[in-house]
Amino acid sequence: MITREPENFPPPVGMFGALGRSAVFGCRETGRAMMLFVEAVLNLRSVLTRRARREVINQMFVYGIKSLGVITVVAVFTGMILALQTGIELRKFNQEVNIGAAVMVSMLREMGPFMTGLILAACVGSAMAAQLGTMVVSEEIAALEIMSINPVRFLVMPRLAAMSIMTPLLSFYTCMMGVLGGGLVGMTQLGVSWEAYMRNATRFADMKDLYVGIFKAFLFGMIITTVSCHEGFATKEGAVGVGMATRRAVVASFLLILVVGYFITRMFYYS
Amino acid sequence: MIRFERVSKWLSGKFVLDNVDFEIRKGETFVIVGPSGVGKSVSLKHMVRLLTPDDGHVIVDGESISDASGDELARIRKRFGYLFQGGALLAWLSVAENVALPLREKTALTNDEILAKVHETLKLVGLENDGAKRPGEISGGMRKRAGLARAIITNPEIVLYDEPTSGLDPVTARTIDQLIESLRVKLGVTSVVVTHDLHSALTIGMRIAMLHGGHIVELCDPDKFVKSSRPEVRQFLEAQFITREGSWERNIT
Ligand SMILES: Nc1ncnc2c1ncn2[C@@H]1O[C@H](COP(=O)(O)OP(=O)(O)OP(=O)(O)O)[C@@H](O)[C@H]1O
Ligand SMILES: [Mg+2]
Repeated sequence: MITREPENFPPPVGMFGALGRSAVFGCRETGRAMMLFVEAVLNLRSVLTRRARREVINQMFVYGIKSLGVITVVAVFTGMILALQTGIELRKFNQEVNIGAAVMVSMLREMGPFMTGLILAACVGSAMAAQLGTMVVSEEIAALEIMSINPVRFLVMPRLAAMSIMTPLLSFYTCMMGVLGGGLVGMTQLGVSWEAYMRNATRFADMKDLYVGIFKAFLFGMIITTVSCHEGFATKEGAVGVGMATRRAVVASFLLILVVGYFITRMFYYS
Repeated sequence: MIRFERVSKWLSGKFVLDNVDFEIRKGETFVIVGPSGVGKSVSLKHMVRLLTPDDGHVIVDGESISDASGDELARIRKRFGYLFQGGALLAWLSVAENVALPLREKTALTNDEILAKVHETLKLVGLENDGAKRPGEISGGMRKRAGLARAIITNPEIVLYDEPTSGLDPVTARTIDQLIESLRVKLGVTSVVVTHDLHSALTIGMRIAMLHGGHIVELCDPDKFVKSSRPEVRQFLEAQFITREGSWERNIT
């Protein structure tokens, strides 16, 4: 069951009691988030119904397309910063043209998925947690459960499907915009022509870089959805609770994106 | 139909329900009254297992819902309609889509059948012209009526109403009373009504229970209830200008 009953525990005794309790609760919440993820994945089969498909497309629009603006700005400037920083150093060796490879590879491998993940965690994760949290507080989730409509299938599954499609696409878009931004800086600040920049960029980038980046983004999308939906469902105590759930969702998504990002990189590039 | 067996529930530092025992009979309209924060909503939530008793059992038609597992619970819940205190409508769907939701998700009716049924039900609660609006665009009383429509659209055997008439004008409140009464007469629905509105309690209630301090302090039919000598009941009645001597007519049509 998704709706939670209030729990009564005696207050913890002393500092170690409090620490121990938060450790136990932390483990329990992690477990619950994982079960939520598994249940949402198991419910993915019902994505084949027409209503569910429409809902997925709707979520893709709400969470994906509406984030395009901010993603574009962040992506272009990330590319510009990368080009400028590396360009300044490379100029010492008259190697400015290599900013193409520097921007392309770092965007594809790291910055693209990473930036997309952070932005989606901030825009989408917070919105999901706030929406589901509000639904808990106003008893809408309870109402769904009484109507025997599984909130995981009805709410989490479409979000998970939408985000696992949208995040890789947006990540690819971020990479392209970043490369574009880098090229602009190359042309205007560093005297690298667009053709030379692009030739250099495509020569050094590998298909593997693209795949790993996309895979990372896919994982980030699922992390953001799971964490945010879980935090939303765990909301208690009214409007204040919604605020806290939103904050926890964003913070936890950020941390997980960083940590998981590191381990994916390690897995694919260091062995 | 629904039996509380020595149910106790501890919430936010006190026993909201303290060894509560009562039974709601099949086909009756059972009213629960009591001051704010006394545990009326909590009692209703126990009947559909949104809350589980710390102690005791809630029995629905011979089955303990407090011990039911996943599938059993879903099967028992299917017999219920629940009107939440705030309506609990989904904010992104229109009123009509909210009312249609249980049919769309849980039945194989065609779209036309669903629309016809939704229109009919919205008409019962006087919202036939507001189906296209979002819950955010209508008043609290209208949201409540939309929630009521959603609760009864699947023709449940038991309907739980959490303050169906609060926030409504007196005229609409009486239509809701009549609706509850007609569901009982025509379809034999068992109703549990939580209310502050004594007028409505005395009109539609076949038995009235007063909750106070975690206990049922009075449980009897409306006539006896008006004459009760329990101080809590007297206080509650007199606050709404109902005296022991004044006559009380059941005036439902
Ligand atoms: N989820 C919860 N967590 C903690 N305490 C709760 C919870 N729900 C209810 N309570 C407590 O239980 C008591 C009874 O609440 P309940 O909602 O049943 O009141 P009520 O009789 O329905 O009042 P009202 O007429 O205002 O709706 C309150 O004191 C409240 O603090
Ligand atoms: Mg209440």
